[in-house]
Amino acid sequence: MSPEILNTVEVVLNGLMAGVMYSLVALGFVLIFKASGIFNYAQGVMALFAALTLVGFQTGQVPFAHLINVIFGTDYHNWSNGINTVLAIILTMLVMILFAWLVERLVLRHLVNQAPIILFMATIGLAFFMEGLGDLMWGANIKVLDVGLPSGGSFWLEDVTRGWASEGANYYGMYIDVLDVWAAGIAIVLVIALMMFSQYTKTGRALRAVADDHQAALTVGISLRTIWIVVWSIAGFVALVAGIMWGAKSGIQFSLSLIALKALPVLILGGFTSIPGAIIGGLIIGVGEKLFEFTIGPMIGGATENWFAYVLALLFLMYRPQGLFGERIIERV
Amino acid sequence: MFYRESGDFKSSYAADQQTFPIRFDRIAVGVVLVFAFLVVPFVIDDYWEKSILLPFLVWAMAALGLNILTGYCGQVSLGTGGFMAVGAYAAYKLTTGFPELNMFLVILLSGGVTAFVGIVFGLPSLRIKGFYLAVATLAAQFFLVWLFNKVPWFYNYSASGMITVPERSVFGIAVTGSGAPSWATYLFCLVFVVVFAMIARNLTRGRLGRSWMAIRDMDIAAEIIGVPPLQAKLSAFAVSSFYIGIAGALFFTVYLGAAEPTEAFGIDKSFLVLFMIIIGGLGSIFGSFVGAAFMTLLPVLFKNIMVAGFGWPTDLVQHIIFMLVGGLIMFFLIVEPNGLAQLWRVAKEKLRLWPFPH
Repeated sequence: MSPEILNTVEVVLNGLMAGVMYSLVALGFVLIFKASGIFNYAQGVMALFAALTLVGFQTGQVPFAHLINVIFGTDYHNWSNGINTVLAIILTMLVMILFAWLVERLVLRHLVNQAPIILFMATIGLAFFMEGLGDLMWGANIKVLDVGLPSGGSFWLEDVTRGWASEGANYYGMYIDVLDVWAAGIAIVLVIALMMFSQYTKTGRALRAVADDHQAALTVGISLRTIWIVVWSIAGFVALVAGIMWGAKSGIQFSLSLIALKALPVLILGGFTSIPGAIIGGLIIGVGEKLFEFTIGPMIGGATENWFAYVLALLFLMYRPQGLFGERIIERV
Repeated sequence: MFYRESGDFKSSYAADQQTFPIRFDRIAVGVVLVFAFLVVPFVIDDYWEKSILLPFLVWAMAALGLNILTGYCGQVSLGTGGFMAVGAYAAYKLTTGFPELNMFLVILLSGGVTAFVGIVFGLPSLRIKGFYLAVATLAAQFFLVWLFNKVPWFYNYSASGMITVPERSVFGIAVTGSGAPSWATYLFCLVFVVVFAMIARNLTRGRLGRSWMAIRDMDIAAEIIGVPPLQAKLSAFAVSSFYIGIAGALFFTVYLGAAEPTEAFGIDKSFLVLFMIIIGGLGSIFGSFVGAAFMTLLPVLFKNIMVAGFGWPTDLVQHIIFMLVGGLIMFFLIVEPNGLAQLWRVAKEKLRLWPFPH
């Protein structure tokens, strides 16, 4: 095979891996949207917040250390040398559940029956609040997250693929980050787990009932509030997984919250209400933007990844406003 | 006390159609205008100009624009930053390409260019709405900023990729560049804001504004009773982008002086303007001003209290301001989804009836 084809294959594979990352974030959006009709802009910031909290626990930081030190003139930073990663993940999950409860209690409960766009803007407010809170709690410096996942290029794959190139070609093998492969595996496990949860558990059935029809669910005795807390907790869990993956890949920093914006075109492609749609939409966007950057990017100055996804979504919307797997939009006066 | 309407009867069509039908309103607006034009220019200093009044005027202009689109026509846009960038780059190309052109004309033409771009990016609104449209406008935001970064023609092939405004004057007095006196830049912006606020107020009361509001309230019903959605939506995009373009041009030429697209016109600017109109009040000209004042003054106020007063470090205060802004957005949406303008409306009702409760 010629190196050009192999290079293209490599780009597609890397695009698929990037797509998995987008899907992880989009998944959280879909869960909340299905259960409560809320388009949760704060999902990206939740991932950032979860990752920050995880690192905070891992390294044993004192929350709000900066603020406390400034007010009381003390000099606290760490309360211990850090704790076990598994324990830290469990603690972070507890924080995310607490967060879900607080959001339901303080915000959502008061916004029942408001127009969807009002709810959307409320989650933008929530995103700002959490951004400030995350930085205030754990400090704004860029952090390194290490949960023990392997990373870096795979030499094995490079060796294998080098043999594929035709004789004498100047080709050095494919570069694929092992971490991305892990992320893809974890994403698959996560999706299967979520499917199992919603198909085979009582709470899962209740979730689907609420997604189907709020009022009918209320009449058969399902508590909307409990369901919302459960859904936001699950979304928090998905955010934690996404935060770990993105954090391990590129460090925990403010730009992590911007992946929420990348998840929007993914959702538009896949449809707001479909879990498989979120996955496939993510893969399409991932492969699409990498291929576009690889083929057309050099001609028009590069860095097209910034906007390609949005423009693709825009064009797609013209033909199919409900997305690939979304429910048909019917409007009545 | 105030707002006595007895004796304020109308005996002519002109009186019936005037912009402010209540005498007290007319007097209040007049007093504010006289103060803004005749008092402020004499007392303004560099600090007030650079950190309070100019940002307020520029953001009020942008908020007016977005309020026309989102508040009056119901089309949510997250592309404000991108459209401001169009205005800024249009102003840059015009000032450098035609040095003799009057600054007022430059700013107006920049608005015109932005209106055209706005129409192009508004076309999808005919088929999509709500969140979908918000995402579509994100395409405008990111694509435009990318374009201004990547095409050297826009920044005149300068090595740094930045655009810097040349010194230009109006009636012999510099309004751009470092040598411009505070009162001149202030008055230059003020003229635009006042004139276009008046125009916006009257547009929204007229046929065009009513067709926007009909589309906002229910587009299918509006279409059935004969409001053309194509005209209504695209005109809202055009007018709104015109305002936002002017805001962008003023922001760059008068306030910043030098700009770089990613930094000056990023997505955070789009959110900032959106917050202004939510807090101020969707669908209210007065609300645009209140929202702009709130969002520009609040950070300054908190910075002054916490940094200067308590001696806290600036980055910490920055985080607290983020939390406060986010919290306030949620608070407003819960307590008063119609914003500060609604509070004022309620207060006005109460004043009218005072001292009787009903």
